[in-house]
Amino acid sequence: MYNRTPIKNHIQEIQLINQRCIAVLLVMIILVLFLILRLGYLQLSKHLLYNTLSQQNSLDLIPIEPTRGLIYDRNGVLLAENIPVFSLDIIPYKVENLPTALAEIGKIIPLNDTDIVQLQKQLKQHRRFDEIPLKLKLSEEEVAKFAENLYRFPGFVIKARLIRHYPFDASLSHVLGYVGRINIDELDDIDTTNYSATNYIGKLGIEKYYEDDLHGKVGYEQVENDASGEPVRVLNQIAPQGGKNLYLTLDSKLQFAAEKALEGMRGAVVAIQPKTGEVLALVSQPSYDPNAFVSGISTQNFQTLQDSPDRPLYNRALRGLYPLASTIKPFIALEGLNSGITNPSFTLFDPGWYQLKNSEHLFHDWRHHGHGNVNLNRAITCSCDTYFYDLASKLGIQRIDNVLTEFGFGELSGIDLDEELPGIIASPVWKKKEKHLPWYPGDTVLSGIGQGYMQATPLQLAVGIATLANRGQHFIPHLILKQQQQNKTYLQQQATLNNSIELTDKNYWNVIITAMQNVITSSEGTGYHHFGHTLYTVAAKTGTAQVYTKKRNEADEDINDQFKLPEKLRDHSLFIAFAPVEDPKIAIAVVVENSKLASGVARKIMDYYLLQELKVVPAQMIPGSPLKKMLEPIKNSVDASVRKSNTGKPYAPG
Amino acid sequence: MLLVNNIKYRFKKRDMGTQYRTFWQCIHIDGLLLFGILLLMGLGLFILYSASNQDIQVVEHQIMHTCLALVVMFIFAQIPPTTYQRWAPWLYIAGMALLIGVLIMGHIGKGAQRWLNLGAFRLQPSEIMKLAIPMVLAWHFHKIHLPLRNKTILFSGILILVPVILTAKQPDLGTAILLVVAGCSTLFLAGLSWWFIFSLATVSALAAPLLWYVMHDYQRQRVLTFLNPERDPLGSGYHIIQSKIAIGSGGLFGKGWLHGTQSHLHFLPEHSTDFIFAACGEEFGFVGSLILIFLFMFIVIRGLVITMNAQDTFTRLLAGSLTLTFFVSFFVNMGMVTGILPVVGIPLPLISYGGSSMVTLMASFGILMSIQTHRKLLTT
Repeated sequence: MYNRTPIKNHIQEIQLINQRCIAVLLVMIILVLFLILRLGYLQLSKHLLYNTLSQQNSLDLIPIEPTRGLIYDRNGVLLAENIPVFSLDIIPYKVENLPTALAEIGKIIPLNDTDIVQLQKQLKQHRRFDEIPLKLKLSEEEVAKFAENLYRFPGFVIKARLIRHYPFDASLSHVLGYVGRINIDELDDIDTTNYSATNYIGKLGIEKYYEDDLHGKVGYEQVENDASGEPVRVLNQIAPQGGKNLYLTLDSKLQFAAEKALEGMRGAVVAIQPKTGEVLALVSQPSYDPNAFVSGISTQNFQTLQDSPDRPLYNRALRGLYPLASTIKPFIALEGLNSGITNPSFTLFDPGWYQLKNSEHLFHDWRHHGHGNVNLNRAITCSCDTYFYDLASKLGIQRIDNVLTEFGFGELSGIDLDEELPGIIASPVWKKKEKHLPWYPGDTVLSGIGQGYMQATPLQLAVGIATLANRGQHFIPHLILKQQQQNKTYLQQQATLNNSIELTDKNYWNVIITAMQNVITSSEGTGYHHFGHTLYTVAAKTGTAQVYTKKRNEADEDINDQFKLPEKLRDHSLFIAFAPVEDPKIAIAVVVENSKLASGVARKIMDYYLLQELKVVPAQMIPGSPLKKMLEPIKNSVDASVRKSNTGKPYAPG
Repeated sequence: MLLVNNIKYRFKKRDMGTQYRTFWQCIHIDGLLLFGILLLMGLGLFILYSASNQDIQVVEHQIMHTCLALVVMFIFAQIPPTTYQRWAPWLYIAGMALLIGVLIMGHIGKGAQRWLNLGAFRLQPSEIMKLAIPMVLAWHFHKIHLPLRNKTILFSGILILVPVILTAKQPDLGTAILLVVAGCSTLFLAGLSWWFIFSLATVSALAAPLLWYVMHDYQRQRVLTFLNPERDPLGSGYHIIQSKIAIGSGGLFGKGWLHGTQSHLHFLPEHSTDFIFAACGEEFGFVGSLILIFLFMFIVIRGLVITMNAQDTFTRLLAGSLTLTFFVSFFVNMGMVTGILPVVGIPLPLISYGGSSMVTLMASFGILMSIQTHRKLLTT
């Protein structure tokens, strides 16, 4: 057949193929037009959508942590700082087998159980590609060792970061508190956007109360990520705004002096500047090292602190509830005068006991055979119980409660700390509600010497005595002196007047204050022996709070009886004072648990403040002998503490 | 030496004025085709430089591939079409033998094997078949008279299907498809009746579910993904979604050379090989993509002109088939990158990084040039 029509075939074939070529060309053009339409759809009409998608793909905002504000005392001594440390961080998604990797790395950098537990917690709260600190404060040796083995541990990195450090360790922990890792409960309360780069939050004390000011505002870095989510370059940056620096009203030297004076005891000291309500010192002993909490305290160490019989975690200054005991007397005496129930010349015979009408019960005076004839001045000076049994009974519980409330007892003082407790002012209503018992006349009698249900914190005692020193001007106590704003200017904290106590006769203040001076100066004053003679004028009141109530058949007590009791059952001693009387610079409340030493502690603190710091008395007038000797050790230790802070002792890891 | 003598001989001929021939005709190169090819290759190197994250080594390799491919093209252009005609069946048989050889080696070596190691370079028999199939069909159709008879169609079908199945078994779906295209385009140009085409289309549409059972798992995934890429946005749908994002975010003028984020930050997979067109669309936008398409179409149209100028059935069918295969390979690649066709492993000719497919392609351009420049100028 090939041979039959060779010529005709050839032309026909050419035509056929050419036709097919044209057909192919047409189809191609249609297909290409379709392709162009598709490109137009993607690149022109859907461009915005895909452009957004492409940016979402690659752009990411990485938050930058703001630097936490520093905390200074009133003289500019740094109390809380941020120090750079090396930490071992982990990027979870890069680690193939976490348990093995941790075991391996544990051979180079020792990890304890707490680190692992913390990590497990953090793993749940973070995204796979977030860096999570595994161990803080690596020593230089550990850093070097890790650097050598870096290649063996993909997903582990050494990071330099700032962590909170308290240079005075345990000294200020009950005021400053500490920061710690943010936990799940706190996450609910904070602005998570602002905290997106922050690992730490104030847990207690000033750090917690001023968290918002100290924290600052988060910054951002706009970065371009590659497909594995790793940042490739930074496109844009919004710098974070560091937190505000806080200046506290605390005088750190006074704080250390108070701590020194309280050394080895359980107790609290609160010192207030009466004219402003500025808290000069706030000490609760024993204390604990807040730095341990920053890096995450081990369960074992925490348990030790928790179980210690001395309860170092317990903030006695703010939360310790003590009976007011005899320190209540000046306040009741003032109300007695003001309401006209008593007057300075009224004299009562004290046989050593007091008895209510229609009752056989005897209310004993602390002095077995009584004080004889007692007027108001003497009642305060020698802390005569019988006089105040009688006065309280005459006043009635309502008037007692009113005056205590005016001096700030029974309610939160309003200090800028969250931990405070309000204490108790007992009243018939309160007793009904809390104890389900009626109010007996005897309850009122006992309230007169502060031994009933009344309870107050050392802070409230300090506020009470400061108000007394101020002759009724009741300022809200505060710890913040000023805040350093972003623009470097200072925002001063103004003194806030809570209320002003008006008396029918202003002279009543003098009556009470004179009596309180006699507590120290009169030979029968309760502070005469333990506080002693001073170069400045002091108004004070002692108090002894019973921990263990003696049974009736034990009533024939003598002064040494206390030492026969187990230490924990011995009485607490209380002491409130202000000085100088003419122009009060300091009002102080001291509580020492199971010990009689409160007045001695107060003396050391006030001597230090008034003689060493304020120098209210010319130096040459301070006699060389016993007083100077007593001041020396305090001065030395305080100077040592301050030197330590000023030299900016570098943090020694490990 | 032979080559140089040949050129000298041609020049001498021109000097003698016996036959008018240009310089390009003397060296058997088609200027227009070469212009289009070089332009595309040049652009391709720029795109590749950016798409490979400015990896100069990749570009250097590609330049080496390009040079090798240009040499191959030049050599293939020197060989006269009659030689191809004579060698066509032998080439086909040799290709088949190698394909089977690879298959057996693959069985021994376990897993996919596509090439034979020939010491210096690796030979992919399926690439040889890209040339051998249209050649053997054109050779066959040249001998018989057209239009085709059923017996011939059946015979050609077997010639096409056997190597296609062997290639698909490797598995290399992309090349297998191109082999089908090469064979079928020859058949079509040779005058396969429209009736036959339509009935075949209907039958294959009905047989599609059957094909489902024959396919490899990864091939099924590709089909499913093509039908709905969002089905598995991070798995098999990831490629096509990221590719569309890359192209779409390019807009009218693109993000600019070296500024494509999708490819540079590795969101776009295979950005220097199969998906290079997406990288191009991202950086050069709609305008850039259009220019690229027009350049491709320029080469295709030149190929068709060569086809229509060719002087006998063998050369016409061969030229037409090679041109059509080139069209299909770039169209399918662009189609899959833009999401209108399923993802099959077909690189963008002349642009994508890779050696063997470029060498084959340039060989086919060499054949086209040979067909164009070895014409006997009968009509003067």
